[in-house]
Amino acid sequence: MLKQIEGSHAIAGAIALCRPEVICAYPITPQTHIVETLSEIVRKGELAPCEYVNVESEFAALSVAIGAAAAGARAYTATSSQGLLFMAEAVYNAAGLGLPIVMTIGNRAIGAPINIWNDHSDSMAMANAGWIQLHAESNQEAADLHIQAFKLAEQISVPVMVCVDGFVLTHAYERVDMPDQTQVDGFLPPFEPMQVLDPADPVTIGAMVGPEAFMEVRYLAHHKHLQAIEAIPRIAEDFAAAFGRRSGGLIDCYRTEDAETVVVALGSVVGTIKDTVDELRDQGVRIGAVKIVSFRPFPLAQLRSALEGAARVVVVEKDLALGLGGIVASNVRMSLRGLQTSVYTVIAGLGGRAITKAALRAVFLRAQEDEIDDPHFLDLKWDMVDRELARWKETRRSGPIAENILRELGLVGNRVH
Amino acid sequence: MFQVRLHGRGGQGVVTAAEMLSVAAFLEGRHAQAFPSFGSERMGAPVMAFCRIDDKEIRLREPVTHPDALIVQDPTLLHQVDLFAGLDSQGYLLLNTTRAFADLGLGEYVASFPPHHVCAVAASELAQKHVGRPLPNAALLGGFAAVTGRVKLESVQAAIRQTFAGAVGEANAAAAAEAYHAVENN
Repeated sequence: MLKQIEGSHAIAGAIALCRPEVICAYPITPQTHIVETLSEIVRKGELAPCEYVNVESEFAALSVAIGAAAAGARAYTATSSQGLLFMAEAVYNAAGLGLPIVMTIGNRAIGAPINIWNDHSDSMAMANAGWIQLHAESNQEAADLHIQAFKLAEQISVPVMVCVDGFVLTHAYERVDMPDQTQVDGFLPPFEPMQVLDPADPVTIGAMVGPEAFMEVRYLAHHKHLQAIEAIPRIAEDFAAAFGRRSGGLIDCYRTEDAETVVVALGSVVGTIKDTVDELRDQGVRIGAVKIVSFRPFPLAQLRSALEGAARVVVVEKDLALGLGGIVASNVRMSLRGLQTSVYTVIAGLGGRAITKAALRAVFLRAQEDEIDDPHFLDLKWDMVDRELARWKETRRSGPIAENILRELGLVGNRVH
Repeated sequence: MFQVRLHGRGGQGVVTAAEMLSVAAFLEGRHAQAFPSFGSERMGAPVMAFCRIDDKEIRLREPVTHPDALIVQDPTLLHQVDLFAGLDSQGYLLLNTTRAFADLGLGEYVASFPPHHVCAVAASELAQKHVGRPLPNAALLGGFAAVTGRVKLESVQAAIRQTFAGAVGEANAAAAAEAYHAVENN
């Protein structure tokens, strides 16, 4: 049924249709509307049986989900930013134990400086914890990916994060085709755990493992990701057959046939990139785009075959590995190893800075001429950076950086300086 | 694609207005995207929200920098925010005020627009009359429907009733209708 709906409400609705039995909730912007909506649904008795657990922290939220999943319940939680970092130890444990929890990440920057707006620093910080990470381009895809996530998680017995751009998607009203309960029930079978804490058939879960076996257990967690490379496209096909629309998969190619330049990105910025590609195509520029849906497992072979015909690849990413550059670009380079393809990194949208079509267009045209620095910082205000660098040079006690930069903008303490 | 930017202050329902406008367009079978520009979320602080309307899927996620229509819920923002940035003289402008544009120092500015594209709506007063609170968003959407013709009054009212149940929805729908007819007869 078509609805004009806030992203968070669409996601919550999709999750409820998946019949989670335990939902653990702790609020943090910008994911809060999702768990708030779920609490309404549970309170009204529209989702039963379901235990909605208010916990005292993100660490507790994921720990409760771990316990619930180990006891054989379908478990869900959501978080953002510092919340994900606060649960970091449990994030690794959920994956190490192979518990099929689904968690939404309302992607948000990480402080300091504190910032509530969107970028991908949070999920990237946990990219190697062993969770599958799926990124949504639109709210339709966000809703659909959650339904696929439960199926994927439970098939392989691995936890899945569905990454949704905070505010840009979570707080946007747009058209979403909401599935009905019969469709979801037909697609998602009841949870059949690979391991379960059952008094009738007792086991322990979470043994200490020494050097004699740790590598094998770790390898098997990696092996699950190799299985997911096979399972993700299959589940996307099943989804298309059941729901009549395509969502998910490992990657998605847009106008890449005969493209000299291919742009690679994750999440909601792909929409703006597609519009930019269309405009440049109209001018005869041979450009296309590849959306990475699955960042973990990273689809090395699929990306290589999508990109190997291009002369250059431009990776647009909303994160920055300090001291290195682009995280996504580094992964993309791995998929192209041995080839001569140039890979450029465009760091964009950190802390919610708008990524505009005009800025993308300019940087793609420069890349097309191979006249781009790498990494390139999109719309970075170099004059502000240079002035702060000059202050460092001028005096030892130059003061706190964030406050210095804000003072230039006249924003410190809401006073106009 | 038709792009709208709404300005107001925290607590005036700016974000809700953008959402209701998107629902109105959706009810007419169009694609619409509404989203807020989150700043400091506190009562009285300047707030912006956006709405795009199109006949095809909207993929663009950038803020609206070149609006086709501008809705200003609070005229005191004139001295605080660069309200008219990106609005060209073929655009539409709705301002919540009981004063004439000339009295606000905008006479010369609005003279460059087609006369029927610029409109002052006494939205706070209409809301006070119908709803009992000076929340101007619903009335301004009624005015928007009249000035731009981009959505029907009935769709705006349906979106208002979807957002606010019962008597509050009816009162806001009535405020929107009165604003619509005031603009039509202007």
